[in-house]
Amino acid sequence: MQKYQLRLYVTGQTPRSKIAINNLQLLCKNELKGQYELSIIDVLERPQLAEDEKIIATPTLIKDLPPPLKRVIGDLSNKEKVLLGLDIIPPSELTHEEGAK
Amino acid sequence: MIKKHMTGIHGFDLISEGGLPEGRTTLVSGTAGSAKTVFAVQFLARGIIERQENGVFVTFEESPVDIADNMIGFGWDIATWESEGKWAFVDASPQPDEVPVVSGEYDFGALLARIEHAVKKVNAKRVSVDSLAAVFTQFTESGIVRTELFRIAVALKRMGITALLTAERTEEYGDIARYGVEEFVADNVIILRNSLAEERRRRTIEILKFRGTPHQKGEFPFTVLPDEGLVVMPLSAMELKQKSSDIRISSGNEELDKMCGGGFFRDSIVLVSGATGNGKTLMVAEFIKGGIQNNERCLLFAFEESREQLFRNAKGWGVDFEEMETKGNLKILCMYPEVLGMEDHLIRIKRILDEYKPNRVAIDSLSALERVSTGKGFREFVIGVTSFIKHGEIAGFFTSTTPSLMGGTSVTEAHISTITDSIILLRYVEMMGEMRRALTVLKMRGSMHDKQIKEFNIDHNGMHIGKAFRNVVGILSGHPSSTPPEEMDRISGLFKE
Repeated sequence: MQKYQLRLYVTGQTPRSKIAINNLQLLCKNELKGQYELSIIDVLERPQLAEDEKIIATPTLIKDLPPPLKRVIGDLSNKEKVLLGLDIIPPSELTHEEGAK
Repeated sequence: MIKKHMTGIHGFDLISEGGLPEGRTTLVSGTAGSAKTVFAVQFLARGIIERQENGVFVTFEESPVDIADNMIGFGWDIATWESEGKWAFVDASPQPDEVPVVSGEYDFGALLARIEHAVKKVNAKRVSVDSLAAVFTQFTESGIVRTELFRIAVALKRMGITALLTAERTEEYGDIARYGVEEFVADNVIILRNSLAEERRRRTIEILKFRGTPHQKGEFPFTVLPDEGLVVMPLSAMELKQKSSDIRISSGNEELDKMCGGGFFRDSIVLVSGATGNGKTLMVAEFIKGGIQNNERCLLFAFEESREQLFRNAKGWGVDFEEMETKGNLKILCMYPEVLGMEDHLIRIKRILDEYKPNRVAIDSLSALERVSTGKGFREFVIGVTSFIKHGEIAGFFTSTTPSLMGGTSVTEAHISTITDSIILLRYVEMMGEMRRALTVLKMRGSMHDKQIKEFNIDHNGMHIGKAFRNVVGILSGHPSSTPPEEMDRISGLFKE
């Protein structure tokens, strides 16, 4: 399984930022089984990084690897949408399919 | 009292009585193609060029590269300004490769952080955001978008920035803007219109409201010039405070001078009205000849004839335009009225007046211009030209062609007769199987004048005014008829004691 490279852009320590970080960490733990690198960027501290990536909304999650590059915006509270947005097929489904065979 | 921030946009600072409200956001709303983006860019460009005020441009629609490319034609070198740290883009335009998936709540915190960052980076005083409608197409959760844009507007105000936000509208006369954006930037609203009237485009700008600070009301025409951008024509904002002198100048014709009580006044506008071939252009030629003889600088706008035609005809009346032009005291500009819109004609005329600084200006003819304009557009043009001429202390000489051969008036006269100081009528008189020419001074403000209707002839020396048509009545109404001499004597004796 290829390692996922993720970046999460947030605005300061707001409740919404915290929700997004929690949701993402939970998802990474459950669905990516530790096969990921995650960096969290605070746009208030590093606005130029937000400029470079042309980020408008926060929180924004960017998946750099594996290609293609994907973006998800919002506090990531809808897990299915996040998985869909990142092109991640949940392992639970994989095992389910294998089991069906 | 809210201070105003001079924009440097020609005419706009006049109708807004000093510019945009300082430290506030102003909404500029208009339909597609109403020059919103040009206005937004020009606001920043004028700040950089004229006032050393740097700007930030937030774009939701076009990419920064496209904007820089599109605006270079106006002489605004955005790329250079960017490298000099005078201009910064915040690129929020849609990225072609991806449509982000939305999962849960979000805000525009990143965008706000980027705007604040850019403002600090270039120490900006001005911010333009173009356009709000595009945000709503990028982000479909309109409730969130509205609150977030409101936050940005509040933040700009807190930073003390004078900001301009553009918004889309779907009709020229309808809601202020789509998506109800006016609700969160409701303090100041400007509307740009690009309406179609009689197959012609007419651009106008209206300041709908400036909260807590005065401005001119109503629609003002504007045009977009290739090398300048938006130019507003502040017609009704122009003040009627021109000087008027009692210095007389020669009309170029001695007999006409006598009829006018010693010549035209120097700062007056004279309108000559007559049917085609009646001698209007001849009078223009004489008017210019009179100026040249007095060592004055003359300017002629010809909208009916080509230079060659004009030169040849004038030679036939003993006036050598070619020689006058070579000597430098005359400038003749020939152009078909159809070439430009009315607003552009007006601005072109103003520029030439400013450059050439003439003592006399003739326009031959106003009716040719009227052909290509709407009634309102033409009226504004005439008021504009008259105002420029009067402010420059220039003598103006306009001609107008009447539609009918005998008698009658033209609409041109109806529009401008109150503005002109003198009106001279030229008429054909049909008598005994012959077409003769008549001239009368109908009006001459501030002076006595000859009230007779006189006959005139044209030869190789120009115009010769002769005797009055004593025994003919109905010349001006177009139905001349002779009256026997005995009857004339009886009528003229009626009021004697």
